[in-house]
Amino acid sequence: MKILVCISNVPDTTTKIRFTDNNTAFDATGVQWIINPWDELALTRALELKEASGEAIEKITVINVGPQTTEPTIRKALAIGADDAVRIDAVPEDAYAVASNLSSYLKDNPYDIILCGIDSSDYNGSLVGGMLAEFLDLPSVSSVSKLDIDGGDIKLNREIDGGSEVLSTVVPFVAIVQKGIAFEPRIPSMRGIMMARKKPLNVVPSGGEAALTEFVSYDLPPAKSACKMVDAENVKELVDLLHNEAKAI
Amino acid sequence: MDFLFTEEQEMIRQAARDYAERELIKDVLERDEKAEMPTAHIKNLTELGFFGMMVSPEWGGGGMDSLSYVLAMEELSKIDAATSVALSVHNSLVCYGIEKYGNDAQKEKYLRLLATGERIGAFLLSEPEAGSDATSQRTIGEDKGDHYLVNGTKNWITSANLGSVYLVTVQTHPEKKHHGINVLIVDKDTPGITLAPHEDKMGMRSSDTHSVMFSDVKVPRENRIGDDGFGFKFAMKALEAGRIGIAAQAVGIAAGAMERAIQYSKERKAFGKLISEHQAIAFKLADMAVKVEAARNLVYKAAWLKDNGHPFSLASAMAKQFAADSAMEITTEAVQVLGGYGYVKEYHVERLMREAKLTQIYEGTSEIQKIVISRSILK
Repeated sequence: MKILVCISNVPDTTTKIRFTDNNTAFDATGVQWIINPWDELALTRALELKEASGEAIEKITVINVGPQTTEPTIRKALAIGADDAVRIDAVPEDAYAVASNLSSYLKDNPYDIILCGIDSSDYNGSLVGGMLAEFLDLPSVSSVSKLDIDGGDIKLNREIDGGSEVLSTVVPFVAIVQKGIAFEPRIPSMRGIMMARKKPLNVVPSGGEAALTEFVSYDLPPAKSACKMVDAENVKELVDLLHNEAKAI
Repeated sequence: MDFLFTEEQEMIRQAARDYAERELIKDVLERDEKAEMPTAHIKNLTELGFFGMMVSPEWGGGGMDSLSYVLAMEELSKIDAATSVALSVHNSLVCYGIEKYGNDAQKEKYLRLLATGERIGAFLLSEPEAGSDATSQRTIGEDKGDHYLVNGTKNWITSANLGSVYLVTVQTHPEKKHHGINVLIVDKDTPGITLAPHEDKMGMRSSDTHSVMFSDVKVPRENRIGDDGFGFKFAMKALEAGRIGIAAQAVGIAAGAMERAIQYSKERKAFGKLISEHQAIAFKLADMAVKVEAARNLVYKAAWLKDNGHPFSLASAMAKQFAADSAMEITTEAVQVLGGYGYVKEYHVERLMREAKLTQIYEGTSEIQKIVISRSILK
């Protein structure tokens, strides 16, 4: 059995977001790039499954659609423990382009289990996993918070309103994972870091279709204004402020 | 010149930072309060490969350069210098010393296990009456032919309890003064070795520190490093490397305190505006940033010289003196920026201030560094 983990290269979650070119592009100056946190947890779960499986899971591959600048992030995944990596040499312009590139590669290079994070922390599109499953004509399960393999039985927990449901499926399938899939990402060991460059990172040309959407402009959310405190006894002032200043009532 | 880190160095820095921010932070205050050893952390850091990270892969180590090690020391020390000191002693004194000056049999027997962290190293030089004046060693290593008979007391020994491979300096030929000193590799479980209770310290309280007493301890002759009388030179050479680790630790303590001061200054208001908008505070933060950066560059340069096979004695002395003294100043100012909050334990900066003090004392006081520096420039 082979597991594929799709990883996005995203700005560190503490990055101060700025735009450039008249608010039409993200300003990447000085940005620290990381593995998208949900994807990193997916990789963590894949490693746990492989370690528990004995020989049953033969390898874990990470795949990324991105230019060469994403390779440090891919090598971090190799340092953490993935066995090999694929980079599809294309700019991830939108979810359609990413899913199309992934499916184009995976049609000739099938995997048993494909894991995608529920969304990427930069654009929060939540689209790639579902699109990819459709393009590949594979079953997919979304919002997966637990994934277990017992022999040939695959069990997934899926978060639903007010609880969770347990599903079973057969390989191959796509699981779109979220909180709960693993406890916390692993810290790469010194040995892992040194080994990362020795593991295969195959670069393949883009075989996917062009993006269907384009970014017109970006806006930051309005800055939070200062909080105004109103005495609990002074309902009249509160109503007055809500009506005349906030225009909320 | 190239001031950029390699991808691996950046990854190592990140790994150390992640460990510190996720794990060390959890119990650092409690361990400081109770003076509890960081046993579990040492084990985890061993599994991650930090202990023995610079030892050549030929002996089972990580084969990493000093700059990688310095980055790891800095990141761990931002949160918890009491844990990072064990790493410094193990890597830059014990592993470095045995790898550079030990023979193959000693490397096979000891370095291989130190390289993977299976055994932790300690460096036993200081004595009740021999600190900076390391030449006046009173611990005797009597030459008995096939073994040395060791008697005496060593003080302030980091990892005396957690560690099991001791590098011990002993006086064999008192009449030859420091030319009569030897260094022996001693297994901690050798009969005749006893540990005094854990020292109750001002700072680095969680660090494992004891006096170690030797009473008729037999150490095989083959455990002597180098020729007869090489011990003092060995200790000085090991300390040259050790200073890089402690200097990096001081940079980490200073940077940790500065980061906390910056964060606090952007949250706390006084006289109607954030305290970071008051010049009195903003200038303190600017002074901190310059000192941290200057200390960092001295440390990185010392590490670079060592990695590239150049002499680094002067560079490591300068790095340690400046980084340690800066750490003391910066942590003191960080407490000032946080005011009353800085003085209570929950906010960490008072602990960092207590930790900074030790970097001016161990592995050569700031005054000893100035002796090394002045002698070198007055040559």
